[in-house]
Amino acid sequence: MLHLTPFVAPLLGGVLIGLAVAALLLLDGRIAGVSGILGGLVAPEPGESAWRALFLAGLVTGGFLARLVAPRALGGWNASLPLLTLSGLLVGFGTQMAGGCTSGHGVCGVSRLSARSILATATFIAVGAAVVFSVRHAGLP
Amino acid sequence: MKREIAAFASGAVFSAGLCISGMTQPNRVLSFLDFFGHWDPSLAFVMVGAIAVSALAFRVSARGGQRPLFGGRFRVPAAHERIAPRLVAGSALFGVGWGLSGLCPGPAITSLATGELGPLVFVSAMIGGMSLYRGAASLQKGAAHSDAGHGSRP
Repeated sequence: MLHLTPFVAPLLGGVLIGLAVAALLLLDGRIAGVSGILGGLVAPEPGESAWRALFLAGLVTGGFLARLVAPRALGGWNASLPLLTLSGLLVGFGTQMAGGCTSGHGVCGVSRLSARSILATATFIAVGAAVVFSVRHAGLP
Repeated sequence: MKREIAAFASGAVFSAGLCISGMTQPNRVLSFLDFFGHWDPSLAFVMVGAIAVSALAFRVSARGGQRPLFGGRFRVPAAHERIAPRLVAGSALFGVGWGLSGLCPGPAITSLATGELGPLVFVSAMIGGMSLYRGAASLQKGAAHSDAGHGSRP
């Protein structure tokens, strides 16, 4: 039983994410893809901003509450500020170019068995792994 | 109003899920991506749980004649959308950024709750990157009158 515990929290958290996706879809017909929701605020369309802003406010509120209960649930970013800047730029640009991120493609798209999303997900996981490999094991950059 | 409440509640449950799962700890995300080192596969179960539940919801939405409870229509991308090169190129750029920090958009925005500088810098840069792409795409669109499109269709 003990060796199973590392998987219980991720699975439970995943189920909650799935419930959030299901609620937004079945109540309002929307895809809970975070980069798409934020990107739609960067280039706003009339009548489409309030729900987006509130979804993002919900994200921050949930984070705030989680921190009250479990202070160590958030944190451990060891990257330097210049590296976080570069990383953020790439994540922002790349997710808009690809039309989705870990949530939009990785969860919503894969759930629908979308070939595009499966390809996107395989790509960002493979490239992410290659970057981690080069940083941690090949001494790059 | 109820649409907005639903969006807020969905965001809050979503980020609770991210926090419980470990996705808001970039070091764990990097260990999940470290296939050739001390690989920590546990975060794969986040996708398992999330996909199991949302696949059911998408199946319900795909049934003929169904509408969202609050009206309107399901804004789900077409089933057989063309695979464009930018899908792969964009995902690769995202993968580089993700692998450098261990942060992707949802956990990064959730982490703004800490009030720390790191997430704030990351999210600001991410919005900058999004604006850059949107700007470049609309310039290109204006120049070529192409139907390449842009944006938020997963």
